[in-house]
Amino acid sequence: MYVAVKGGERAIENAHRLLAHERRGDRDVPEVSLAQISGQLSLGVDRVMTEGSLYDRELAALAIKQARGDMIEAIFLLRAFRATLPRFGASEPVDTSRMQVRRRISSTFKDMPGGQILGSTFDYTHRLLDPVLAGESMPEAPALAEAQPLAMPRVTDILGRDGLIESSPAEDADQPVGDLTRDALSFPADRDLRLQNLARADEGFLLSLGYSSQRGYGRNHPFAGEIRLGEVEVEFMAEDVGFAVPLGAITLTECQMVNQFKGTDTEAPCFTRGYGLAFGQSERKAMSMALVDRALRARELGEDVQAPAQDEEFVMSHSDNVQATGFVEHLKLPHYVDFQSELGLLRKLRKEFHEAMETPSEMQEAAE
Amino acid sequence: MTTSSLNDQPTRRQAAMAVLSHAATAEIAGHLDAIAVPVHEQLREPENGLVMLRGRIGGDGAPFNLGEATVSRAAIRLVSGEVGFGYTLGRDREKARLIALCDALIQTNEFAAAVEVQVLTPLRARIATDRQRKAAETAATKVDFYTLVRGEG
Repeated sequence: MYVAVKGGERAIENAHRLLAHERRGDRDVPEVSLAQISGQLSLGVDRVMTEGSLYDRELAALAIKQARGDMIEAIFLLRAFRATLPRFGASEPVDTSRMQVRRRISSTFKDMPGGQILGSTFDYTHRLLDPVLAGESMPEAPALAEAQPLAMPRVTDILGRDGLIESSPAEDADQPVGDLTRDALSFPADRDLRLQNLARADEGFLLSLGYSSQRGYGRNHPFAGEIRLGEVEVEFMAEDVGFAVPLGAITLTECQMVNQFKGTDTEAPCFTRGYGLAFGQSERKAMSMALVDRALRARELGEDVQAPAQDEEFVMSHSDNVQATGFVEHLKLPHYVDFQSELGLLRKLRKEFHEAMETPSEMQEAAE
Repeated sequence: MTTSSLNDQPTRRQAAMAVLSHAATAEIAGHLDAIAVPVHEQLREPENGLVMLRGRIGGDGAPFNLGEATVSRAAIRLVSGEVGFGYTLGRDREKARLIALCDALIQTNEFAAAVEVQVLTPLRARIATDRQRKAAETAATKVDFYTLVRGEG
């Protein structure tokens, strides 16, 4: 084993040198800058920040460049970087009702206070490749319209006023906020931990699970009550300063799913909710998260847990793509000793099998 | 701003920090050039760290941990004794130091007005202009169902 490791040193060094060369691509083509990645591949940056669980556009752009566009590798890099910095504390919970909204749509109400605002979206595009973008082009400046300072209440707040939808779980000041980066996961897990897990979960995994719940595997009749995108202010209660310090703004996408109603002998039926929140413009992620959040509330809402999307241990144990890739890709690492023992066992079994074939049993002799 | 106080200083300092946190480092430095900044020392070497960002379940319920953000912080003390703190999203330590310097200056009788006029006022105007432009771009994408229905037919 040690001989093999030593012999690999030079090969590894040269492999990484070749990696750097191939990462650079054709040396006659200009190198891509972090500002270009951050500005022009911005949704990729948003995804890496969300699943890397670290809000820092420049670092996420660097990770994408270093990973040659491999998103999971980039997410891995961001998670590893995070471990090198001290944590100053936790922010005050952000207030998404005070978001400076750049997009806000609802599939439940046509006319709602504040209106339907499309923002920048792929929705309603024809999904035809645009040859203009193959060359260099400068798009038209955005259209402008007079902005009215309208209040933009969440759709769930509007429904909540008439008691038509359940309230969000109230804050319990005595209950510490669960943090899966500090404590090992145990089951059953509370909703705060589940949401933290889903927030950093692989988008593809959540998309598939959310889709499965729509197709009948843990169905819960969702409506996209509201999706909003925009900037929210972050405040941090700094002990040394003595008051909540404004840190600046972050971009968030929030999704409120409105789901089938429940009712009991003592409670009138009302809609239930699923919630999604993600860094940047991450609409598919926020929607999938909200679907899975609602599915995972099966136990709490007295529903039968039958489908994968309702099984919190299954979902939370397999949602993290850094963990998943670590375990899948570790199969590439030397397993020479393990394999030798398997090989030895297999040879022994085969030898026994052939010996048994060559020595006719008493039964066979009797039959002849 | 969530903290209230008997005097208005925390609120004033918070308001200044809110403006400064939205400004670029070079912008703050450029505006500060107009002020003869007094002698000061670093109370805390500017450093990078993380803050866990929290959301609320359903947007308005119990808090949960969403993910972390990089944050820079610094603290300085003026020769006259005022201590200023700088906290900002991102890894720009110089920005944290400049915010700390402004925070200390606005606590002095001598420099408070100058920081307000030379630094905060122009930054506020620039930030408001950017917000208005964004709001106008956003407003142009608002769906007007009535217009659609009213068409000739």
